[in-house]
Amino acid sequence: MIVMIMSGWQIHNAYPTLPFEFPKPLTLGGWLGGGTRWHFAAMWVLMANGIAYLIYGLASGRLRAKLLPIRARAVVLDVKAALSGTLKHDDLATYNSVQKLLYAGAIGASVLAVLTGLSIWKPVQFHELTSLFGDFDTARILHFLAMAAIVLFLAVHVLLALLVPKSLRAMIRGR
Amino acid sequence: MTKKLHPDTGIILKEAASRLDLPTRRSFLKSAAGLGTLTLLGGCDVVDGVSAENLLSKMSDFNDRVQAWLFNPRHLAREYPESMITRPFPFNAYYPRAKVPIIEPEGFRLNISGLAGKKDDWTLDRLYALPRFTQITRHICIEGWSAIGKWTGVRFSEFLKRIDADLTAKYVTFRCDDRYVTSIDMATALHPQTQLTFEFDGQTLPPQYGFPMKLRAPTKLGFKNPKHIGEIEIGNEFTGGYWETYGYNWFSGL
Repeated sequence: MIVMIMSGWQIHNAYPTLPFEFPKPLTLGGWLGGGTRWHFAAMWVLMANGIAYLIYGLASGRLRAKLLPIRARAVVLDVKAALSGTLKHDDLATYNSVQKLLYAGAIGASVLAVLTGLSIWKPVQFHELTSLFGDFDTARILHFLAMAAIVLFLAVHVLLALLVPKSLRAMIRGR
Repeated sequence: MTKKLHPDTGIILKEAASRLDLPTRRSFLKSAAGLGTLTLLGGCDVVDGVSAENLLSKMSDFNDRVQAWLFNPRHLAREYPESMITRPFPFNAYYPRAKVPIIEPEGFRLNISGLAGKKDDWTLDRLYALPRFTQITRHICIEGWSAIGKWTGVRFSEFLKRIDADLTAKYVTFRCDDRYVTSIDMATALHPQTQLTFEFDGQTLPPQYGFPMKLRAPTKLGFKNPKHIGEIEIGNEFTGGYWETYGYNWFSGL
């Protein structure tokens, strides 16, 4: 995912969607051609991982059990608790409502990134998919927004994990 | 004498039992960690070195094969109404606008080489007499921008038949009068929207868009649509192209 983001920033810089460029040290590939080579190589790794993760998560019921239900009231309560520093992390295996919402959102943004990516990679061969997002130019903007959502999630995720150090142990050891 | 238990036995057993709860996860993490370390060890090299370039080139070749397999000659690029044409249409080349070659129509000859039955040169008058069709399609650049334009010319498959080209050959190579070179696969060359273009937006193709002729293939990225074509070669030998030698993916289909 990181390779996709950094090489994607390189490609963005060739003809910026938004009126800014990503700092050169944060990009991968050296120039547009190198960026596309990384992007079109790493996309297979991302897709293979994503498909395996989703098939396993859906078939085993794990995604459902871990992420559902998400209730608006519970999310509001947990946000309040988090901001006042009283959110409990006693059982790290059970996600709180904000976690559920953000993890589901990150999965959704990743799926959107892959689908919009496919639709700007092959707007003729996958024209049905491309027209689902409008056309090539709108799909390209959605591809950018999906990336922005993933980056935002990553930033929050890493920051909060560092604030609750025992969660890092749980991520690696499983408890 | 009863055997004395080690003071840590309880903790050890607890630890062991909890390990048994997650055997799959553990063995997975173990092998994953091994794999991860391996890639990290190669890391420095992988980003800057020759091995990374080799791997990326292999992936690019693999992507050529995947795209050739994905290519369906019956899938047409979307056509747009006149009202959506991008005006002014962007100029793009590997050189600035001031370096656009000025080609005199009188002395111009298009050369044919390679696997074709009729290799005599083509004058512009002869080319202009060929049957024409018009397309309004989206030109998509590898940089990410796109623009809708209107191009008129002869169906390239029709032209290939007129020169008695070997349609089972693998590649068609374009050598251009601005020293640009690129090549495409025969399947794309025969696609019904692939066009040898003489007009842009109802006018004779102006110099900045490729006078006297360009290839318009709406199923390919912009850099696979060469301008100022001077020679067309049919062959089975891979010839690559200008940007392709720098690392752009060769097939670059849409």
